[in-house]
Amino acid sequence: MNSVDLSVQLGTVRLPNPLVAASGCFGYGLEYADVVDLSTLGGIAVKGLFLDERQGHPPQRIVETPSGMLNAIGLQGIGVHRFIDDQLPMLREHGVNIFVNICGSTIDEYAELARILSGTEGVAALELNISCPNIKEGGITFGCNLSGTYDVVAAVRKVTNLPVIPKLTPNVTDIASFARAAEEAGADGLSLINTFLAMAIDVETRRPKLSNVVGGLSGPAIRPIAIRMVHQCRQAVKIPIMGMGGIASADDVVEFMIAGADAVQIGTANFVDPFIWSKLLKGLTEYLQRHGHVSVRDIVGSIDLSESQTNTDQTWTSF
Amino acid sequence: MPIDVDAVVLSNNRLSPNYNVVAIAAPEIATQTRPGQFVMIKQALDSEPLLRRPFSVFEILRDKDREPQGLSLLNKPVGTVTRKLFKIEAGERLRCLGPLGQPFSIVSSPEAAWMVAGGVGLAPFLTLAETLREQTVETTLFYGGRSTDDLCYLEQFKHLGVRLVLATEDGSRGETGLVTLPLARELQSTSVDKPLTLYACGPTPMMRVVAELAHTHGRSSEVSLEPVMGCGLGGCYSCVVPIHSQSNNTSSQLVRSCREGPVFGGDQVVWTALP
Repeated sequence: MNSVDLSVQLGTVRLPNPLVAASGCFGYGLEYADVVDLSTLGGIAVKGLFLDERQGHPPQRIVETPSGMLNAIGLQGIGVHRFIDDQLPMLREHGVNIFVNICGSTIDEYAELARILSGTEGVAALELNISCPNIKEGGITFGCNLSGTYDVVAAVRKVTNLPVIPKLTPNVTDIASFARAAEEAGADGLSLINTFLAMAIDVETRRPKLSNVVGGLSGPAIRPIAIRMVHQCRQAVKIPIMGMGGIASADDVVEFMIAGADAVQIGTANFVDPFIWSKLLKGLTEYLQRHGHVSVRDIVGSIDLSESQTNTDQTWTSF
Repeated sequence: MPIDVDAVVLSNNRLSPNYNVVAIAAPEIATQTRPGQFVMIKQALDSEPLLRRPFSVFEILRDKDREPQGLSLLNKPVGTVTRKLFKIEAGERLRCLGPLGQPFSIVSSPEAAWMVAGGVGLAPFLTLAETLREQTVETTLFYGGRSTDDLCYLEQFKHLGVRLVLATEDGSRGETGLVTLPLARELQSTSVDKPLTLYACGPTPMMRVVAELAHTHGRSSEVSLEPVMGCGLGGCYSCVVPIHSQSNNTSSQLVRSCREGPVFGGDQVVWTALP
């Protein structure tokens, strides 16, 4: 069979393949060095970092749901300085694109994190966490507000030359407008989607199953909604998209890319099968060969809408 | 280094309506496993139920040349996954990821080892007893359950030369009541000159009592915690447990039981903050 080119471009960042480990699902990367050759990944979005260490929420932090899971970790993390000192030196030895996911309580904190990481060797891009549904302060308050999204992206854009990739929340009415706000503010790409705000109750005790009461839903259960959102954002913006939400097979990767994702992130499926990466690459390569593509880039946004009832105005109210 | 095996089920020995032992062929994992480590199990790589479940490695299964060929899991059918595992038949397959986590510390003679198990908390102690007895450590198992049906594999422990102290809540076997009662009595009557380490696995209230008794009597203890886990590899931070900060005993930190545990010092755990 012909060889296929799996590399993709996200702004100025070249990925050897489109498979990126999703933030919050892959620790700081080194946790998985025993089971995966990290250099074979398209990239790693490391666990969200604030300026300072954070304890996160008390247990219980996770609960399984139909074809998915809820989590309310609460962004437990070591803070940016310990990441740079303790994790990054060893992580960059692996020769993998490192997307540093940052989160702040204020716009200044995002900018400060961006400044610190801009002067640090081995950071490929900044992923702005403006979408974690599990913490009250910061993040989501920017992600659920158009001007907040614009302001955070613009503030970070101003202080860094690193590619800036805001990670969007699905917990909004019209995600495409948030994609546009981010693009207008100078974002180099988009990650979407973060988890859905959700909840589960133990009917025997009548107590919430998570200590935080609410949490973020991920896994295959959310995949069709994520696909719809990638499709809508692809039509709204020109900048590259990293699509995610319940990807668990090579066909899922292909589906996201056809919908318009330039790359994809894998999260929950990595919990289930930490060896999934080579299986996805193999399946993706086979798909491309079977369809006669020489490059994975050929399928990005290749959705065929010719026979479909489509609205040019793709706001949700038009469905 | 953990690996993932699509393991064939060799047997499913249903000991009672409450317990079964599933043996699987996983020589690569069995060879590496040390007492106290665990594996993450899933019946098929599909979406329902989605996540793997942690299980202590119960036995290392060896061939006639003593080479590890597989391992077994002690199972109690209480939830979706464990009920399916109760019904599994030889010839079916189980995904098995491991070995994972930090093992027990192994004491050496003349120090004695007292293992305290409650119900399915017996799981990590057969491999521990094997290792301890190979090194001729004097080993005792304090083992409690609701009734005599809950106490299993007694012959295997006896065969290893482990002294058994049994307790059941309904009095159908051994002492009536909780297993921590005879434990407390023996700790009281044992000379402090006799070196001794306690190991505990079982319900959280039991492990807490063991840790507190050990502390009171100046003994070190290790407990094996098993909260709900997401990945088993340290990626998700779901399985954290409250541990006293090393620098400052008045504050605590949340650490991953899959990676920094599941075995912790009994004095390390902030029992009041454990759900």
